[in-house]
Amino acid sequence: MAEAGKIDPMHQFAIEPLFGTDHWAIGGYNIAFTNSALWMVITAVVLWGFMLLGMKRELVPGRWQAAAETMTGFIDNLLLANVGPEGKRYVPYVFSLFMFILFANLLGLLPLGLVGSHAFTFTSHFTATGVLAILSFSIVLIVGFARHGLHFFSLFVPHGTPAWLLWLIPFIELVSFLVRPFSLGLRLFVAMMAGHILLEVLSSFVINSGNAGAGWGIAIGLPSFILMIGISALELLVAVIQAYVFALLTSLYINDAVNLH
Amino acid sequence: MPQIAQLAEVWSSQIFWMLVTFGFVFFVVGLGMVPKIQSTVEARDSKISGDLEAAKAAFARGDEIEADYRARENESRAAAQALVAEAKAKAAKDAEKKVAAADAKIAEKIAAAEAEIRAASTSAMAEIEAVAAEAAQDLVAKVSGVQPTAAAAQQAVKAALAHG
Repeated sequence: MAEAGKIDPMHQFAIEPLFGTDHWAIGGYNIAFTNSALWMVITAVVLWGFMLLGMKRELVPGRWQAAAETMTGFIDNLLLANVGPEGKRYVPYVFSLFMFILFANLLGLLPLGLVGSHAFTFTSHFTATGVLAILSFSIVLIVGFARHGLHFFSLFVPHGTPAWLLWLIPFIELVSFLVRPFSLGLRLFVAMMAGHILLEVLSSFVINSGNAGAGWGIAIGLPSFILMIGISALELLVAVIQAYVFALLTSLYINDAVNLH
Repeated sequence: MPQIAQLAEVWSSQIFWMLVTFGFVFFVVGLGMVPKIQSTVEARDSKISGDLEAAKAAFARGDEIEADYRARENESRAAAQALVAEAKAKAAKDAEKKVAAADAKIAEKIAAAEAEIRAASTSAMAEIEAVAAEAAQDLVAKVSGVQPTAAAAQQAVKAALAHG
């Protein structure tokens, strides 16, 4: 790895089966317990622990309880603002979505390389984000058709559409509607992947320039390292923002399904 | 890009574990824990608003009691003032009556005294007339040797006294 050019910034996204489970399968489909699956489990367990510690249900909340209540209150307000009073029903789903993505993004940023391990950010895989995106999209479809029946198709004819554009607008609306799951899933996957590649490339600059000599190390390695610190802070922000965007867009789509624009 | 290069071999595992873990999160955390936390928050909010309302009601009751107390105080003050005014009026009337009675008594006494004085002065005048008439009778008798009658002397004295 120390040799110049041998550091592969994409290697961090490689999925490997763990504990010799690569032959696990259900109905011929492989379900090996991979490093990706391990981090999904870690994320779920950490989130569960976070909520468990916030469940003391005291009248005057402690710090942890206040944190958990702040998060539920945040999603509560998000749905109240975007969907209205009916949005309360979707709090469990949007909360799970937001917190799962948030914890996955943040845990994936843990500097575990310092202790000889490697964090894996499964939200940088569209196979993972796609599942969440399709789940959100399915909920929108199910809620929309269950509440409005075929009237749900009026979503494709916005209010105030001129009659002479009726041949075009529904088509555009249909395309924009069908693009939603892709934009949901791809946005998260691309944002997480880009940040992690950037950090990896900058760290390879630091390592390679340092190996090339003290002069190179100071000229290239030091600025890269300082930039990395800033990018790391930015990545923390991106981790939160992407989780928020996913939850916000989901709530907006649910609003479409519930209220038809 | 491993995401695409490994797609064929890992997609089923990724989707399976994603569904398992997110399913756990949704059913255990989302459906199990979130409503409890929300109900805790709601219970607290309702308790706070209930307490605030109780405090407001207590405030209102305090104001009411104070107003009541004020009204009663004003009432009793007015009653006391009326009592005082009545007592004052009664006292003034009593004093007036007493003064009037004393005045009458004094006037009576003065009138009696005046009458006495008048009687005394009348009798004194009569005596003076009699003495003067006698003296005049004596004088005339001595000077002229004629003895005038008592009646004439008396008349002359009366005329002289009247002319002062």
